[in-house]
Amino acid sequence: MSTFKQHSVLPGFNLALGFTLLYLSLIVLIPLSAAFFRTAELTWAEFWTVVTTPRVLASYRLTFGASFAAALTNALFGLLVAWVLVRYQFTGKRLVDALIDLPFALPTAVAGIALTALYAGNGWIGQFLEPLGVKVAFTPIGIYVALTFIGLPFVVRTVQPVLEDIETELEEAAAMLGANRLQIFLRIIFPAIFPALTTGFALAFARAIGEYGSVIFIAGNMPMVSEITPLLIITKLEQYDYAGATAIAVVMLIISFVLLLIINLLQWWSRHRKALA
Amino acid sequence: MRRTLIGLALIFLALFLFVPLISVFYEALKKGVDVYFAAITESDARAAIRLTLIAAAIAVPLNLIFGVAAAWAIAKFEFRGKNILTTLIDLPFSVSPVIAGLIYVLVFGLQGWLGPWLSEHDIKIIFAVPGIVLATIFVTVPFIARELIPLMQAQGTEEEEAAVILGASGWQTFWRVTLPNIKWGLLYGVILCNARAMGEFGAVSVVSGHIRGQTNTLPLHVEILYNEYNYAAAFAVASLLALLALITLAIKTFVESKVTQQKTNG
Repeated sequence: MSTFKQHSVLPGFNLALGFTLLYLSLIVLIPLSAAFFRTAELTWAEFWTVVTTPRVLASYRLTFGASFAAALTNALFGLLVAWVLVRYQFTGKRLVDALIDLPFALPTAVAGIALTALYAGNGWIGQFLEPLGVKVAFTPIGIYVALTFIGLPFVVRTVQPVLEDIETELEEAAAMLGANRLQIFLRIIFPAIFPALTTGFALAFARAIGEYGSVIFIAGNMPMVSEITPLLIITKLEQYDYAGATAIAVVMLIISFVLLLIINLLQWWSRHRKALA
Repeated sequence: MRRTLIGLALIFLALFLFVPLISVFYEALKKGVDVYFAAITESDARAAIRLTLIAAAIAVPLNLIFGVAAAWAIAKFEFRGKNILTTLIDLPFSVSPVIAGLIYVLVFGLQGWLGPWLSEHDIKIIFAVPGIVLATIFVTVPFIARELIPLMQAQGTEEEEAAVILGASGWQTFWRVTLPNIKWGLLYGVILCNARAMGEFGAVSVVSGHIRGQTNTLPLHVEILYNEYNYAAAFAVASLLALLALITLAIKTFVESKVTQQKTNG
């Protein structure tokens, strides 16, 4: 194609594309660029100092560490849940399947206070954990719990369709050729779902690092210990440290964009795999 | 083996999903039904409900028009740069809600690009309702577009081309050919968009100013009540949002079955 657009008899292209680009620019692109322009007012040295103070570094460690752990948990248990939903029948399965999407539909603040009440020392679950020495609420573990909740649907919903589409003939052939259940899983099923699994993991991770509402209630929000990066941005904003807040935001934005690209590539890989199969 | 796996999966879901959901309603009703109703009919709560509804009532239709326009351009035509456009539409998904609020403060805040001009003309955007609406629009931009684009791509262009060749105008083609085909996907996108718009917390928190009775949405009101240790009221208001979430899930399940039905019939 040496021209911009292929010829088509359908009308409305210019109008649709024009409106789309205008809307996107006004609502998304121009405001996003404000962060970069604002940060460009700092010199490299100033920028580097701001984003590498111990408090900021501690928040990165916490945010990315907890997000990674939560996404990993969701990868493991999400696969389990998807497996159970696709391959087994049990009473209440439809209800369970519908509820998987609850973290998508439930406001983050509601999730936040519910999880905090649950895992606090006198909560339904916390009261059993605390005597064992496991404090969840107001510690990094609480952050991990909240981020697991928030990422729960991602792996389940990306793996489910792939599991449903797996041809049982492959498994039956393997069984006839003498493979046991574990071998069938490791060598036939797992490679088929791996792209979807990594996509779900990346989606859960990306969502977790930016999460605010469900985390700030259950986290202790103590600097250097249980302060997530989004909270640090807000704290700086409240102190009118616009430069600091924006600089940290730009770091998060760059990481988010890189993740978005990786996710797009992973999804392309999944589709490519499917097309070949 | 089967039972163990099912049991493990259900325990995981119970710990992270079912029990938290039930606890919202339990904590809301713990102090009795009177306290519950008092909390949700109190004037600040009513103002919060109003503001949440306003934000959603503006954000959802605007993003609906955007979603339809973007899907029409992307799904029915071939042009260079399509992939970039699709990625750009996904941007709000990848941005932290706090950063979404921050960038609007950078544009419309007192020290922002338009700050001096706005205060000269006495127009308040940040720490007022317009800012909240804008932040809500930003975080919900992709929802409807992302639903419609694959759907319209899968449906192809033959029906629309046939209509045009038979003499239909653009609008006629859209209303009578495209729209009936995408109606369930559209509804699905709208309810997801609405759920997110009403439940948005981080972005709205940054631009809101937290002025009780004026710039608090329902989620922000929950936060205020909770921070005041007024747990029963906080959970009562939260239960409204949880109910909204459950209704969203119910409609979503219904629409999904319709979409599958449509796929097997059409």
